[in-house]
Amino acid sequence: MSAFAEYTRNIRDAVTSIFEGMAVTASHFVRKPYTVQYPDRTAVRVQDTLPFRYRGILEVDLEICTGCLACERACPIDCIVITCDKDPKTKAMNISQFDIDIAKCMYCGLCSEPCPTGSIHHTTEFEGADFSLESLIRRFVKDPIVAYKPKKGPETDPRIAPLLSRGMHFLDQWAQPGGEKPAAEEAE
Amino acid sequence: METLIQNLVAAGTFGGNTEIVAAVAIFVLSAVVFLGIAFPFAGIVSWVERRVWARIQSRVGPNRVGPNGFLQWLADGVKHVCKEDVIPNDADPTLFKIAPYLVVLAFTLPWAVMPFSSSLILADMNVGILYMTSVTALTVVGVLMAGWASNDKWSLIGGIRSAAQIVSYEIPAGLSIFPVILMTGTLSMQGIIKAQGWAPQHWFLFANPFTFIAANILYISALAEGNRTPFDLPEAESELVAGFATEYSGMRYLFFFMAEWGNLFIIGAIITTLFLGGWQFPHVTNNIIAMNILQLITFNAKVLFLVFVSMWVRATLPRVRIDQLMTLCWKYFVPISFADMIGAALWVAIWPDGNPVMGYLMLAGGIVLAVVFVQRVIFYARRSRMELYFHPTI
Repeated sequence: MSAFAEYTRNIRDAVTSIFEGMAVTASHFVRKPYTVQYPDRTAVRVQDTLPFRYRGILEVDLEICTGCLACERACPIDCIVITCDKDPKTKAMNISQFDIDIAKCMYCGLCSEPCPTGSIHHTTEFEGADFSLESLIRRFVKDPIVAYKPKKGPETDPRIAPLLSRGMHFLDQWAQPGGEKPAAEEAE
Repeated sequence: METLIQNLVAAGTFGGNTEIVAAVAIFVLSAVVFLGIAFPFAGIVSWVERRVWARIQSRVGPNRVGPNGFLQWLADGVKHVCKEDVIPNDADPTLFKIAPYLVVLAFTLPWAVMPFSSSLILADMNVGILYMTSVTALTVVGVLMAGWASNDKWSLIGGIRSAAQIVSYEIPAGLSIFPVILMTGTLSMQGIIKAQGWAPQHWFLFANPFTFIAANILYISALAEGNRTPFDLPEAESELVAGFATEYSGMRYLFFFMAEWGNLFIIGAIITTLFLGGWQFPHVTNNIIAMNILQLITFNAKVLFLVFVSMWVRATLPRVRIDQLMTLCWKYFVPISFADMIGAALWVAIWPDGNPVMGYLMLAGGIVLAVVFVQRVIFYARRSRMELYFHPTI
């Protein structure tokens, strides 16, 4: 190829490639940006798009907590502290303290597996940032309460029944591989 | 400008003293132009540029400060003013301090001959375009001074690169102005604009093939002189940290970038004046003020379109290597612009008053090019199989 032909070919290549390149970038002006504007400008809350079995910050439904201490024993780093004692007169379990130190928790999920009622479970909540370590200790018991005692046969109390079915559903999902899809995806 | 001063003198302002009225009028007008147009423009363009890149890169860009992030430039400015102004121990303090001001000076001086409308111009010099190209080249002094005074290898290499780049690209830029000067026989900004018409076929861009090539070479050379991507080698982060601005901080650092963004307007104004018919607008009303406002809008619309194109180019093309930069200038632009100048001279010798048919032919060619371009854009947008979104903001 002669030098002049190469020269003109270089010019033609430069012009046509810039022309095509500009067309590619111009086509982006009519495309929607991918950006998810977390946290305040998302179409759906990010927590709702997470799977059901997402291991977020722990939560306890004290109404169905039996006070069995299975979770405290299961916790490998002792971030759960439960104090409960049997009332000598009524023979009922009294829970006077149920603290979970979120700062220590490593979200392993070992506490939620042995729970007989699904009382302690992971939520999809993950925004736990705070200004002090003390405020990361979740104290679930304000005043000492009586622990839940499982009945023989189906649960009849209308306040507790939905909590219990949710807890059992959580345990079922936890036991299965795969689990179910997040609530936001099902809604679509 | 003269009529305004004459009116003020006739109204008895300052006791009818012509010199004082002229001095005050020029002072006030230049203060309005610089504080009201030039510096806010440099700021706002930084926000627009970030939003435009963001859309091209499928992002959103700054959209939190003010409506759609419009006040981001003020926030950035306040942040820079509040920062500590560090001067390195081994730097030359005097030169180090002066350098940013020289760069800003090179950005403010061209506004004196900026032809906003038929009567809104600070000084219609008879060497307007020559003045414009020479004072914008003053940037090289400030940049080189900054690079030298910082006493830093990165700064020095950045400054030298910038100097080499600006000096090299002055030649094709200067040669590309020649075809227009040959056709008009004047260097005055207003004279060049008055030689064109409001319709595209009367613009010098479409006057003949040589002016079309000259316009493109001038635009690319102006981008190179303004240190814009793909020619922003003096600021190549991957090689030189921040080039000549490495050691600067706070307001002095901001001055360099204010000049860089503001220079976009100067680049656009030069191209608009020479090739795109400047402020020319069809004569729709005899009201001189309304006419001037229409002309102002026309001029600014053309300039802002060119500013937008430079942002778009910046988001499209990668940075060239230093040898590629020099090859492009000396092996391609310089010979082409010389040949182009000779061709334009021959054209003027054959048709001294211009060829009217050629204007329509060139315009038709331009429209075909634009249609092909739009087709390519539609092709790429369709091929991506993505949701189309026409709203300019998100």
